[in-house]
Amino acid sequence: MGFKHKDILGLQDLSGEEIYLLLNTAENMKEINSREIKKVPTLRGKTIVNLFFEPSTRTRTSFELAAKRLSADTINISASTSAVQKGETLSDTARNILAMKPDIIVMRHSISGAHHYLAKRVSCSIVNAGDGAHEHPSQALLDMLTMRERFGRLAGLKVAIVGDITHSRVARSNICGLTKVGAKIYLAGPPTMIPQGVERLGAVTVCKTIQEALDGADVVMMLRIQLERQGKTLMPTLREYSRYFGLNRDLLGLASPDVMVMHPGPMNRGVEISSDVADGPNSYILQQVENGVAVRMSMLYHVSGGELPTE
Amino acid sequence: MNILIKGGRVIDPSQQIDAILDILIVDGKIREHGTGLQAGKDCEVIDAGGMLVTPGLVDMHVHLRDPGQEYKEDIVTGARAAVAGGFTSIACMPNTSPVNDNKAVTTYIINKAKMQGLVNVFPVGSITEGGKGENLAEMGELKESGCVAVSDDGRPVANSELMRRALEYAKGMEIMLISHSEDLALVGEGVMNEGFTSTELGLKGISRVAEDAAVARDVYLAEFTDSPIHIAHVSSRGSVRIIRDAKTRGVKVTCETAPHYFSITDDAVRGYDTNARMNPPLREAADVEAVKAGLKDGTIDAIATDHAPHHLDEKDLEFNLALNGIIGLETSLALSLSLLRDGVLNAKQLVEKMSFNPSNILSLDRGTLQIGAVADVTIIDPIADWVVREEELCSKSKNSPFIGAKMKGRALYTIVSGKVVYRRQAV
Repeated sequence: MGFKHKDILGLQDLSGEEIYLLLNTAENMKEINSREIKKVPTLRGKTIVNLFFEPSTRTRTSFELAAKRLSADTINISASTSAVQKGETLSDTARNILAMKPDIIVMRHSISGAHHYLAKRVSCSIVNAGDGAHEHPSQALLDMLTMRERFGRLAGLKVAIVGDITHSRVARSNICGLTKVGAKIYLAGPPTMIPQGVERLGAVTVCKTIQEALDGADVVMMLRIQLERQGKTLMPTLREYSRYFGLNRDLLGLASPDVMVMHPGPMNRGVEISSDVADGPNSYILQQVENGVAVRMSMLYHVSGGELPTE
Repeated sequence: MNILIKGGRVIDPSQQIDAILDILIVDGKIREHGTGLQAGKDCEVIDAGGMLVTPGLVDMHVHLRDPGQEYKEDIVTGARAAVAGGFTSIACMPNTSPVNDNKAVTTYIINKAKMQGLVNVFPVGSITEGGKGENLAEMGELKESGCVAVSDDGRPVANSELMRRALEYAKGMEIMLISHSEDLALVGEGVMNEGFTSTELGLKGISRVAEDAAVARDVYLAEFTDSPIHIAHVSSRGSVRIIRDAKTRGVKVTCETAPHYFSITDDAVRGYDTNARMNPPLREAADVEAVKAGLKDGTIDAIATDHAPHHLDEKDLEFNLALNGIIGLETSLALSLSLLRDGVLNAKQLVEKMSFNPSNILSLDRGTLQIGAVADVTIIDPIADWVVREEELCSKSKNSPFIGAKMKGRALYTIVSGKVVYRRQAV
């Protein structure tokens, strides 16, 4: 089965089969990353633009590394250095970049749907590195890759996602992706952070407490809480949030003994996750980062429609 | 030039008429109705067989963007769009630049509208100075200058005490107050209706309660001050219920909805279509049903377009950055005629909501075909099939979610003061 999409805008648009295809390729890519010379010529001659309208270290670096390991030429454009601050529209910025003939634009943007807007207007591939509170497909794919490595399967897994679901693109992409591969999702957070109708997004159960969500969970995914982003009306204090929705070692005892603890980063230690859990034996947070490069190599490879690396 | 309209189905709620009749227009006035009327000298005869003949349609809520934002629309292009849509009278909102909070702006609008001579333009003045919601505008002078209502449309009067005083003062000046009822704190940074679709699209939602809570406040203030109030662009099930209950209690409240609120839901936002972005936002199926029920049982008095032209550069953007609003003058009639076909309204009710009621709410001497009345008449082909094409729209702006949509029914002739100001060319 081939990959037929020009763009990867979100997991909403992909089938379960396509998600598995991306994950399988990512596993092959991991092998490349374990070699002494971590580079294959697959995307030689291709130009990839990393267009980041929001600050990002992890995702941008990971995409850049992924492109370089596939031998593509990459340039990074960030909003602080771009023409956007001079009032240029996204459409004009993109057209200017397009005139330089890139093959793929990897974009992060603070507005949901910015990628859909761009994809309708440019001929090159668009890969979504995060749009507003909408989707973050590479994050969800790397999460799923990490889960599958650990359990050998995704179907039937019980995945708890805890935090501000309303403003989380990581949660949305995971809900979409995990539902398509047969996992069950349990959400927890203060009601101010649970969006309307979220149970219709997929195989979702909304829980009242973190305890309820953790009960027998195979995976616990903690979301980053930022007072500045969530606004003052969604919770009283970080202290109280941590008390009712922070993950610590005691709470982890409610989950399956094999539970994986995940976090998309960057973490607020002592807020949504305690250090003993973040650094403990159940933590897969650094494996997530490692798998991120492989998943992004797979995404870039598939939107380019290239051949599988053979050596 | 006189006009004889022959053999149309004349619907005039002001006289309880729904019959096949001829109508004779002489010297800009309705002279006679009956059967077998004869055309005299210098008289155009319009064969209206199979057509609806109604009092000229009245759109009590449009934005003409003139003065100040003529790149979006101006009084002339807005008037062309109006008459092409079958409207003989439009009321234009005051959120122009400068705001219509004084005689000079009102007079400018009236004079420019007279010069174009197509459609009756009735200006709406602002409730507060500059529409800023701080001090009352000079409503007395606004009324004397020709304003038919006051409104801060586009923004609510957030300060409840000021709103109370505005209602009392407007009542004293005998000018209708039109409320844009919205709780801005509840709206926050929302860009579409809050619900499943906003959750799926990851867009910040505007909850229905942002409208409901504000409508409730305004209805209670009107009740307390015993003042008339007209609620603009009702879109939510909650506000329909609040207004229905208030009417039952005898509160002097009237309201309008816009065609998009009974035609489409927030599903139209999927794909991040900025032409589906407006305020209040497109709601859910249950709200569409509630709006239809409100139209049917008389809770909702009028259909008004909230015609809100914006330039392509203000719409061809990421969803959060696009401006609110869509044009409506040229699609309103066809969308409203679907209410007739779907049995939501009968013909008399439809004409009430598109002509008679808005005319009464604004105390205009229009919305009737009584003998001696000003001859504003719309002749409608109720079954004509057509497609909304951007290049055929008269409005300067093309921001409509209905571009490319199939429509049924449209105006064939628009007659203002006995003069044919629009006639649809045969295709």
